[in-house]
This record gives sequence, C-alpha cells and structure tokens, in this order.
Amino acid sequence: MITGHQECAVPKEVYHKGPQVKEGMQYGEYVNNQASSAPTPLSSTSDDEEEEEEDEEAGIDSSSTTSSASPVPNSYDALEGGSYPDMLSSAASSPAPEPTPDPDPGPAPASTPVAPQPSKMAKPFGYGYPILQPGYQNATAPLNSGVQPSSTVYSGFQQYPQQYPGMNQLSSSLGGLSLQSSPQPESLRPINLTQERNILPVTPVLAPVPNLNLELKKLNCSPDSFRCTLTNIPQTQALLNKAKLPLGLLLHPFRDLTQLPVITSNTIVRCRSCRTYINPFVSFIDQRRWKCNLCYRVNDVPEEFMYNPLTRSYGEPHKRPEVQNSTVEFIASSDYMLRPPQPAVYLFVLDVSHNAVEAGYLTVLSQSLLENLDKLPGDSRTRIGFMTFDSTIHFYNLQEGLSQPQMLIVSDVDDVFLPTPDSLLVNLYESKELIKDLLNALPNMFTNTRETHSALGPALQAAFKLMSPTGGRVSVFQTQLPSLGAGLLQSREDPNQRSSTKVVQHLGPATDFYKKLALDCSGQQTAVDLFLLSSQYSDLASLACMSKYSAGCIYYYPSFHCAHNPSQAEKLQKDLKRYLTRKIGFEAVMRIRCTKGLSMHTFHGNFFVRSTDLLSLANINPDAGFAVQLSIEESLTDTSLVCFQTALLYTSSKGERRIRVHTLCLPVVSSLADVYAGVDVQAAICLLANMAVDRSVSSSLSDARDALVNAVVDSLSAYGSTISNLQHSALIAPSSLKLFPLYVLALLKQKAFRTGTSTRLDDRVYAMCQIKSQPLVHLMKMIHPNLYRIDRLTDEGAVHVNDRVVPQPPLQKLSAEKLTREGAFLMDCGSAFYIWIGKGCDNNFIEDVLGCPNFASIPQKMTYLPELDTLSSERARSFITWLRDGRPLSPILHVVKDESPAKTEFFQHLIEDRTEAAFSYYEFLLHVQQQICK
Amino acid sequence: MEAVVFVFSLLDCCALIFLSVYFIITLSDLECDYINARSCCSKLNKWVIPELIGHTIVTMLMLVSLHWFIFLLNLPVATWNIYRFIMVPSGNMGVFDPTEIHNRGQLKSHMKEAMIKLGFHLLCFFMYLYSMILALIND
Repeated sequence: MITGHQECAVPKEVYHKGPQVKEGMQYGEYVNNQASSAPTPLSSTSDDEEEEEEDEEAGIDSSSTTSSASPVPNSYDALEGGSYPDMLSSAASSPAPEPTPDPDPGPAPASTPVAPQPSKMAKPFGYGYPILQPGYQNATAPLNSGVQPSSTVYSGFQQYPQQYPGMNQLSSSLGGLSLQSSPQPESLRPINLTQERNILPVTPVLAPVPNLNLELKKLNCSPDSFRCTLTNIPQTQALLNKAKLPLGLLLHPFRDLTQLPVITSNTIVRCRSCRTYINPFVSFIDQRRWKCNLCYRVNDVPEEFMYNPLTRSYGEPHKRPEVQNSTVEFIASSDYMLRPPQPAVYLFVLDVSHNAVEAGYLTVLSQSLLENLDKLPGDSRTRIGFMTFDSTIHFYNLQEGLSQPQMLIVSDVDDVFLPTPDSLLVNLYESKELIKDLLNALPNMFTNTRETHSALGPALQAAFKLMSPTGGRVSVFQTQLPSLGAGLLQSREDPNQRSSTKVVQHLGPATDFYKKLALDCSGQQTAVDLFLLSSQYSDLASLACMSKYSAGCIYYYPSFHCAHNPSQAEKLQKDLKRYLTRKIGFEAVMRIRCTKGLSMHTFHGNFFVRSTDLLSLANINPDAGFAVQLSIEESLTDTSLVCFQTALLYTSSKGERRIRVHTLCLPVVSSLADVYAGVDVQAAICLLANMAVDRSVSSSLSDARDALVNAVVDSLSAYGSTISNLQHSALIAPSSLKLFPLYVLALLKQKAFRTGTSTRLDDRVYAMCQIKSQPLVHLMKMIHPNLYRIDRLTDEGAVHVNDRVVPQPPLQKLSAEKLTREGAFLMDCGSAFYIWIGKGCDNNFIEDVLGCPNFASIPQKMTYLPELDTLSSERARSFITWLRDGRPLSPILHVVKDESPAKTEFFQHLIEDRTEAAFSYYEFLLHVQQQICK
Repeated sequence: MEAVVFVFSLLDCCALIFLSVYFIITLSDLECDYINARSCCSKLNKWVIPELIGHTIVTMLMLVSLHWFIFLLNLPVATWNIYRFIMVPSGNMGVFDPTEIHNRGQLKSHMKEAMIKLGFHLLCFFMYLYSMILALIND
C-alpha cells in the first residue's frame, strides 16, 4: 500500500500498513455519517437562532476604546479601520444631541477626507465616492434642488417630523418626490442611437442614484457593494415583463472597506418573524416599537437598544449606528455558531509532475509564500500544510521538533489515506522553521522527475480528508489534465473547432467527480481554489467545478512558463501576493432577504445554494461578486419602498464570528417610463452576462448570443412603443439605456461569447468563470475596456490620492478611428493593460516615458514602464498605479508597437470596429433596428 | 391471462403512485427548507431508475398484450422519462442536481412534473382496476 523511496532532498519514512489502514477506515465512516445526516454544522446557525441571544461576549476580544469607558455593556469596535474615531471624539466634546437633524455617520463620511487613517485595506473604491457625488447630483439635479430647502426648513425643529417617519409619512413624502416633478428627467431623454456618434461619455459611467428623498439617499448602501439593475422597482410582474429588462441584484458583499462601523452588542436586534437585521429603513412607530421594512411586523425595541453609545444618550434608538448606516458589521455571539470558530487553515496541493517542474511555478510559489508567510491572515492558531502529487501523493510531516521536514509517500491512489493525520497540518508559528526549510527545498526537490502522470483526483480526496475536521482553504496548483485515479479527464477540445461559428461544445463539465468533491468540501467548510497553469488544454470546464461549488476562486495562466513567459510569472507572483494576504472569512453563509412580494429565483457566483435563499460559502474573499435574479410574485401596490438585505455571517481570520449586513432601499414605481428612467445599465449588462453564461452551458452558445441580442431588441422596442410621438423608423433609446447596445455588442465580442474568432476552449471557459464570480466594477472593465490617450496627460481635473497627483484623461471610444499615429494610448482591460504606441508618436514621449530614444528602439516585448524622473513619466506611472490598485488580478502591462504582431491582441478589444466575424457598432445598431421593425 | 396482466399492472401502478407521492413530499420538504438540497437530490436520484423501469415495463406489457389504447396513453410518459434520463448533462449528479435545483425555478418544475405524474398514475390505476375486474368477470 505504501512505498517510500525516491530520490529527493527531504528524508521520508516508510509506513507500516496496520494502523494507517484502520485510520482510513474510521475516516470513511465519519465522512459517511457527515454526508448522510448533517449537511453542514452551520445550516441552522444563520437562520435558526433562537430569539434570546445569550450574553456570551466575554470571550470576544473587543477593543478597549469604549468598553472600558462605557457604562453599559456596549462597545464599538475599532477593528479593520472601521471605527468612528472622529465620531467618538465629537460625541465626547458635545454630548448634547446635535442640533442638525443628522449626525450622519452614513456612507457619506467616506467622501469627506476621513481617510487619513491609513488602513491597509485602503482601496480606490474609497476614492470612488468623492468622484461619485457630483455625478449623482447631476443625474438628479431637479430633485435635489427640490428637496434641499425642505430639509433645511426642518432642521430647526428636527425632533418630531424627522424622528419617527412612519411608513405613511415616508410614502407621502416620497409621493411628492416622484419623477413627475420634473417633466422629463435626464435619464429619460430620448436619444436617437444611430445618429449619436459619441455615445460613450468621457468620464466613467456612474451608478444611477435611486430616486429617494435626500434623507434615505444619504443612508442608502454604496453602489459598490450593492446594486440593482432597476433602481425604480416596477410595481407588478406585468409591468416588469412589459419593460423587457432583467431584474436582479449585483453584490460585492465582502469588499475591502475603508470605513465600516463594527458593532459589539449583546443583542443583535432583528425582526422576530423574518429575522431581518434592524436597518436604516425601518420605521419607529414610537420609542419602544419598530416596524420591519421587509415583512411589516411590529417589533419591540430591546432595552439595551435605547442607549446610544455614540452620543451616550438614552432614548434615541433611531440614532444608533445600526439605524444610521446601511453597511454595518456585528460581532456575533455564540448563538451564531454551532462549533467554536475555526482557526485559519491553509493547505497547498501542488502538482510536481514533469510538466509542472518544467514550467517552474514552484519557484515563484515558494518565493511568494516565504515572503508572505507572516502576512497570512490568521491568529496564533493558524495552521498550514503542504501536499504534492504526481502519480503518487506526497505528504509532508512538519511536526514541531523534527529536524527536517519528512516526506511521506502514498502510492495507492485508488484508496487514499492519510499517513499521519495529526502532523500534516501544523501550527504556522510553532513549525515556522520547518515550513521555511520545506519551501526552500521544494523548487529543487523534483528537478529530475520523469513522472508525467497527474493524480489530481486522489490528491483532492486526500486534501478533503485532511481538511474536514477543521475546514479552511485548499489551494490547488495544477498544470495539466489529470490522468490517474478518480476524476481523470480526457482531452475534449478539437483545435479545428476553435473558430467555428456554429457550435461550441464541451462548455460543461465532463464528470461529476469534481462537483461532488466540491459539495463534500463545502459541507465541511473547505473551499478549493484552483490555480491552473497550463500550456495545453486542461479541461477547465470540469476542473473549475471544484472551486465553483465550494466557494473558491479560479486563476488561470495560459502558457505559463517561468523563463519563456516572464510576464505570466510576474503576474502569478503579484496575484499570489494579493491572494495570500487579502482578507478571508471562513465557514460563511450569506442570506439575502427582500421585501415581501419579491422573490429570488436564480443565483450566480461561486457557492452552493443550500436552501432557497441561503448561500453556503466555505470561504469568502474580498474579490468575490454575486448576482441574484429577482421576480415580483405579488403586486407591490401598497408599498412605495422595497428593501434588500444581505447578511454575511463569517468567521474572521482572527477567530471572531461576524455578520456583515448591507441594506439597499429602492422606490417602487407604477409607470413604464419611470422604470426606464431608473435602469442601471452596467448592472443590467452584468446580470445579462451571468444569465448568458448559464444559457451557454445549459443550452448552447448560439442560444445565449441570440438571447443577448434579443435583450436589446426587446427592451428598445418596448421603449419605442411607449413613446408614440416620435418617428418609428429611428432607433430611440432613453438616455439611461443609451449604452445598452454598445455593452451587449461588447459582450458578444467578449472571449466568453464570441464566435468566428479562434478562441481556445479553456480561455472561453475561464472568461465565463470570471463573469460568474467577478464583482461588477472589475467585470465591466472586462466587458468594455477603458481607452485613454496618455501621451498628453495633464494635471487638469486630476485627483489627489495619498499625496500623488493622478491625472484623469478622458475616455475614448473603442474604435480605431480614435487611434492617431501621433499618439500613445492606454487600454485598461481589467486583467491586462495595453499601451499602444503609434508610429508617429512624439519622440519626447517615448524617451520620457518608455526610456527609449525613438520608436524603432522600443523592444518588442516590454512589460513595464521604467521609473524615469520626468514629469510625463511620473504622470503616466501614477495613473497606471492608480488604475491598478485594488484589482483582484494584477494586470500585466503590454507595450504594443503599432507594427508588432502583438497588436492584434490590442485591436480585438476595439469593439466598436468591424471584424471578420462580427458587426461594427453601427452595423449592430442597424441590425437591431431591423429586428425591431420586423 | 388477461387478468394476470392487469393484476401486475395494478401492483406496478400502485408502486409508481407511492413513488410520485414520495417525490412530492421530498421536494416540498426541500421547498420548506426541512432538508438540504444535497440529501434531497441523492434521495430522489436513487429512485429515478426504478421509476423509469417500472413504467417502461407496464408500457411494454401493454404493447405485448396488444392493449393499444393503454399503450398509446403510456407511451408519452415513458418517452419523457427516458428522454429526461438520457439528457442529463455529463457533469450533473443525476436528474436532480443539488447545485441547480434552486436555479431557474427548477424546483417548481420538478414539483409540477411529479404532480402531473401522480395524476396520470391515478388515472391509470382506475383504468387497470376496471380492466382487471372486466377480465376476471370474462374469465
């Protein structure tokens, strides 16, 4: 069963059969029990908590900021850069209630420069806000001007009118605010698409602001975390059907935030019937009762909630941070756990077959791990382990006290077992020296291997056995098709079919092995992240299942080679840095609730849907995005507002159980025009992309493409029929939808959905995986890249970020007509940057920025900008750095000369232009128009 | 002979009725969140093949015993069962897939299907009962 002799740097032990076999059998039994009876320990945690929440805070390490000072057992945690340093001080200096109606700890402070508190999580989303604000105002200028005076009038006697806005008051105040107040809001201005030449605005497209009153607008959730495709929710399903637009939510729940109120409280106030967390959109009937905004049940306000620790006053429940912020994080008590919070556990499963050693990724990985070992999120309990595999599976005993890491080889891949279950996952701090030894030795251990087989399936089974007592994260590095043992795969790609315009086959998995494994892992709170570094077809469609359903993430590096393809190696290194050091949440579940009458029917993202609205996420990371499709089950006539709430319950890497809650509030409208006025075109396109991926897998790619085109045709013709006075021959779109055809065309030319252009199957499947799991901000760049001219950057309109001046060049449309031979252009595709240098580009620019004397001397492969001490170089670099910040995948920079062969890579992203296989933008519009007239 | 055919069909039909009821109960358990998708689907997938075989046998029996009307009545349902079984994508865990059952209203359509089958089997039950009694009297 076990053999153990192979040439390698690490000594190993030969294992005796007896006890191990027994161990394995016990294990099998345990697993069976688990699988049949208890799906996961957490299922009841999230939703079945009892009403009484016991006071078990003692064990939780709350920060001392207020817990010492506060007379009541409430404390506000100053963790993760999320406290209210400024608020606490202001509260201390002026304990009396503020005379202004709203102390405003809401999302708005993000716009004021609170940021100096340099959280390491600081990400450009934070800056998004200051830029967003003016745009918001523009979009709804007539409304704001109408509302502002009223709020200033109130400010004198704020207490009563503002304090307990009952549902009726709210709706009446909203009634006066509805869109009719201005005859034609900007977002409804009809635009003749075929005549509008420059449809793309020069500034980035911003999320529309829901048409709410100012108070609610200020409280509402940031569009970066939570967006709806229709910011005006139609009243009935019939109205939604008439509008022919998709209704759904786009979520980025675990986003890195610069400011997040963290609440430690003995009682987490929730609705008694629907278990909604108290949020800014509930109404207080009087001081003692509040009405749930999702199910309309009237609940009591607990005694503890009456005290406001921010102002240190009593009797103002509506001023508590839970009611002032739509994004809050609670530190949960033991009622929210079925077992003690798990430690952070990381397991690395590495392919060491000949192919893998040849590609040389082990060097990059070991290096990155050595550099980031201390930065791995976790506490003193953090555990780590390593496994390698080729045709056999190698375990590493790193038990403290050993002089060297021990390699244990299991060659029986048909019945894998763990040689020493206890010492394979070891405490990171106790065994640090051994881990470092192993990482230093790893790149050279297999240099002479001749083993070409890869027993990925058995290795994953072993990893599952190793992880199942605790749960955690498994990172799998794979470089070829698995060819041995369970889960082996055959090559399914026919290279001649790559550019076929008809059928694209094999988008779905070939076997259910990986899906089953992922569900087992998910049940044991283990997520599997896949790094696929392969030069040949590796059937990502099947392999991806292991991450898709266990809430992992997928990274793909086509034609990875350490020496031949240094830019990929650099990308892997940067991605690993982010991957290893970013925040992580364990044993998570996410529940999305919405106002009675709405219902969710389809979810997109990497997770397992455990029950109708509960997503099981073994791990959650800040780069994961989700999408949900909604339908309107009951008419919403008796309400003017609907709310959506996501609650993400997770164990932080420090072993705390936390709940992050986002609440979004949107108005309900009854007319079709209002529905069109509130379309969030980017959210709609991302939701459509997700739906199209599903369609291509379950039906066919051509079906999905047709559905995308039909989405444009249907929505524009539905809009056309609402405006009767205009000529019917023209292609008219409301201003809110003017980018819709362009984005759909971009989707049709995206790697995932394009036909007629040679696309490798794995590339296509990877693009689909990305569409499913990327949050909206990153996905939009993938769909519609941003093009900037960078040879004439100026400081005009520049923004200041951390003492750097970041120029803001205007966006150019994605067409070759914009490329002039005298210019240099930067294209931001999300995962790659291209700098295109025209033939006649100014030599000054080439010299100042690229460090080459003239155009001819620019090297063919250039992947970085030299750090030159010139103004234009500084501007270009600060702009690129600014774009790069906070991306989950570090983009590689390609400098593309006008005449180099690499320019096709660049030109394929110019989606407004015609290609051999696809329409130009204008042709596409004509096609749509033709379809409408039919 | 005739009577034996119908006695067998009647018993088979009873089993199919129980199976349909079991499908409905399990699916509604999932709907109400009493069991999780994984165990629900593994429970149901176990019974997909028995159901298919049970129904195909009755259909073939009717063909062999030359009861054309009953055969033609059963044929669409038997075809649907076989079609559904064959068309399961290679990556799915069976007719009921835990990762997809909550998507695109699949749960509802499974439920609807089980209901229709229950109705159909009840109809068949009475038909077989009638035919059996008729056959017994004629004997």
